[in-house]
Amino acid sequence: MTRTLQLSTGTLSRRSFLVTLGGTSVAVAFGSLSDRAFGAIVAPAIEGDFQPNAWVNIAADDKVSIISPASEMGQGIMTTLPLLIAEDMDADWDKVRIVQAPSDAKKYGNPGFYGIQLTGGSESTRGYYELLRLVGAQTRKIILASAAGMLKVPVRELATEPNKVVHRRSGRSLSYGDVARLGKLPDPLPQATKADLKPLAQCRYIGKSSVPRIDVPSKVDGSAIFGIDVQLPNMLYGAVLRAPVQGERPEVIDDAAARAINGITHIVVLPYGVGIIGETVEATKKAKELLKVTWSNSSRIRNYTSDRLLEQYRSIGRDLTKIGVNAFAEGDALAAISKATTVISADYMSDHVYHATMEPMNATALVTGETVEVWAPTQGPTGTQGFAAKVAGTTPDKVKVNTTLLGGGFGRKAEDDFIIDAVSLAKQVKGRPVKVIWSREDDVQHDKYRPLEAQHVQVGLDANGNIVGWRHRIVADSVFARTMPKLFEKEKGHDDVVTEGARFNYAVPAHQIDYIRQDNGRDVGFWFAVGVGYTRFAIECVIDEIATAKNVDPLALRLQLLKDQPRARKVIETVAQMAEWNRKRDGRALGLAYSDAFGSHCAQIAEVSLNRQSGEIRVHTVWCAVDAGIAVQPLNIESMMITGITNGASHALFEQINIVNGEVQESNFDTYRVIRMSEAPDIKVTVIPSSDNPIGGIGQAGLPPTGPAIANAVARLTGGVRLRHYPFLPERVKAALNA
Amino acid sequence: MTMFTINRQAVNVAAEPDTPLLWVVREHLKLTGTKFGCGIAQCGACTVHVDGEPTRSCQTQLQDVAGKTVTTIEGLSPNASHPLQKAWIAEQVPQCGYCQSGQIMQAAALLKDNPKPTREQIIEHMDGNICRCGTYVRIISAIERAAREA
Repeated sequence: MTRTLQLSTGTLSRRSFLVTLGGTSVAVAFGSLSDRAFGAIVAPAIEGDFQPNAWVNIAADDKVSIISPASEMGQGIMTTLPLLIAEDMDADWDKVRIVQAPSDAKKYGNPGFYGIQLTGGSESTRGYYELLRLVGAQTRKIILASAAGMLKVPVRELATEPNKVVHRRSGRSLSYGDVARLGKLPDPLPQATKADLKPLAQCRYIGKSSVPRIDVPSKVDGSAIFGIDVQLPNMLYGAVLRAPVQGERPEVIDDAAARAINGITHIVVLPYGVGIIGETVEATKKAKELLKVTWSNSSRIRNYTSDRLLEQYRSIGRDLTKIGVNAFAEGDALAAISKATTVISADYMSDHVYHATMEPMNATALVTGETVEVWAPTQGPTGTQGFAAKVAGTTPDKVKVNTTLLGGGFGRKAEDDFIIDAVSLAKQVKGRPVKVIWSREDDVQHDKYRPLEAQHVQVGLDANGNIVGWRHRIVADSVFARTMPKLFEKEKGHDDVVTEGARFNYAVPAHQIDYIRQDNGRDVGFWFAVGVGYTRFAIECVIDEIATAKNVDPLALRLQLLKDQPRARKVIETVAQMAEWNRKRDGRALGLAYSDAFGSHCAQIAEVSLNRQSGEIRVHTVWCAVDAGIAVQPLNIESMMITGITNGASHALFEQINIVNGEVQESNFDTYRVIRMSEAPDIKVTVIPSSDNPIGGIGQAGLPPTGPAIANAVARLTGGVRLRHYPFLPERVKAALNA
Repeated sequence: MTMFTINRQAVNVAAEPDTPLLWVVREHLKLTGTKFGCGIAQCGACTVHVDGEPTRSCQTQLQDVAGKTVTTIEGLSPNASHPLQKAWIAEQVPQCGYCQSGQIMQAAALLKDNPKPTREQIIEHMDGNICRCGTYVRIISAIERAAREA
């Protein structure tokens, strides 16, 4: 088996290492993994002869190594996916080690997500589920066939228990380690089909809350290795001074002072900035501050001012003569709306938001001859092979990517810029690895933000208040035009990720969604839940607006619009019970929102209060009920809801990037506000027990309902004051109250 | 050369005296459990103890710790046995985990001075530590558990 994460001091099984300082070596010993009271650990694969397939390796000492093909960025996938294999091969989870997959899309690509190694879209468990369970089942069949040969009995007389083959008739048994040591791989290898998978009711691990995440212990003692933690022999450090406005380039560089810093070895001119290479990280940071660069002044991004553009987008949304690209049409919504008795029209908007992964962008690269090795906290090993190859002038197959743990991803770490930095600098010093670490200021100002967007929604009601047509217009720059240009072209200018979530499961007789693309040049990207994060804001608030217009309970209206959707009704009814929807609160109000995005049903209720003088909203509690179909790890689904809700509140209340003449105004956590503990709501989650329904995505499913639940609660608290612009800054709240 | 004690070991570091302690710890001593988050003491990811006090190592210079005692997450306890570390596992706090060394070091200083903090005291003490995964509710639960079980 290919060894991955070949960091001599960098695997999660590190127990001790040497610190060399000033010629003296000091042994520093820290906690040992063997003392931990939990099962699987992350480690290099154990050498063993018994490798039934590319995913599993069984060693003579009964340890089982299982590949984890996706990037672990906090969503628990490093536990979830190997657990699927362990389930059907009947492995003893306490004997399992997890091995991060090497960059090899043919073997480890996600069959449900372009067949590549790219972790995103809440697609990992959905995409790999069937494959990995089949891998587990096949592994078990291979073990059984080998054991049958060793015991000289027919396979049909054998059964398995965790890590054990049992022959009940004779009372004999073999451990998987025995089979690994003495067994032979059967020829031909038996294959597995869906009929070989365990029924859910017989699963030992799937659906159980007793299985903890395997990465957690390494994250409480400092031993977890993120990209920024990579240490390699002979390693240099890199920093990049980036152009203050996207698209500008360095014209005149005065690097005399920077070069004078002790330890600086190279100053490298890049198309988008100036790179620095040095022997220590602090030298590169100092030198970066001392570089004097005159930048070009020709980028079109200098015309980009987000406030002004958003007003423009809003006008375009309301100007129905601006047609755009049709994203979805069912029935004739426009005709229905034109004949409607009542038309509810509303604009919803959101500002740019920044990813703010706690681990800033970083990567380490080593260029040797024609080959490149990259160590990076990347969501996309396959993409990284391509990005690195392009910079190094080689082919993707010559690039090996070591995917480390990610200190947050949220879509940001699928990008290429931090990889390009590392490879660009490493190719100047072939044979020596270079680690590039971004400053937080660069991370804030050179992000690929969620698109600035305005939406215009029109809903027609008949004389009885029934919805007859729903029209949804989305005005924003495109993410796919930059990141997936071929797909964008194939879809004739539609951007599925920007309009994501605009389709819903509410029963409306006519529905039309249009995308009116803007092209103002500033790079925008995938942010936690991408389009769903704002499309559901508009939809769920408009549903409440309709309820108000009809003078009905917004909960009852949703149940009525979902009358043929029992799973949707169940999460809404469950969350209503949890929050005691009908109980009046003194000085506080509840707001409800629901989402079926990513294939999971999620309903949330927020309890809020409002300081009318200051305009500050306080979210006290958010209740959440979620049905993800087969709930592989219920405990982890709860974790993902906590993340979605906390970030959902954060981006609805606080988060905002302002760009003026192409320059980003915010620079660090002092100016870009993210939610803190004292502002975070208490959260109560109910995970609907695992069912045989199709598996839903969970990583992003918790975020979309939180913002509209808050806005709907504020409206109920204030007699109908609507907040239509993310984030709900105090001055915007006050303006709405006074309108 | 600057001498100080880190995790009970005396060390002598040749870096410039104005080097942030953060980078000394991470890149010179290779104790990478302490994280770089913001560089301006706004997020708490780099929290270590200097003479027992929770300190943002990104805003502390090497010369500031000469002769002092520094403890990082790696030195908090043998075998991850600190009540907070056990509680962090029991409550399954970490997601991406990047901020958690700083969270635990910040919380450890609280429990040392105030073994039975109220929920309000916990929140006040921890408010300078950002968790982008939003694990705040579980951090509170874990500190309460550690206080209960210690």
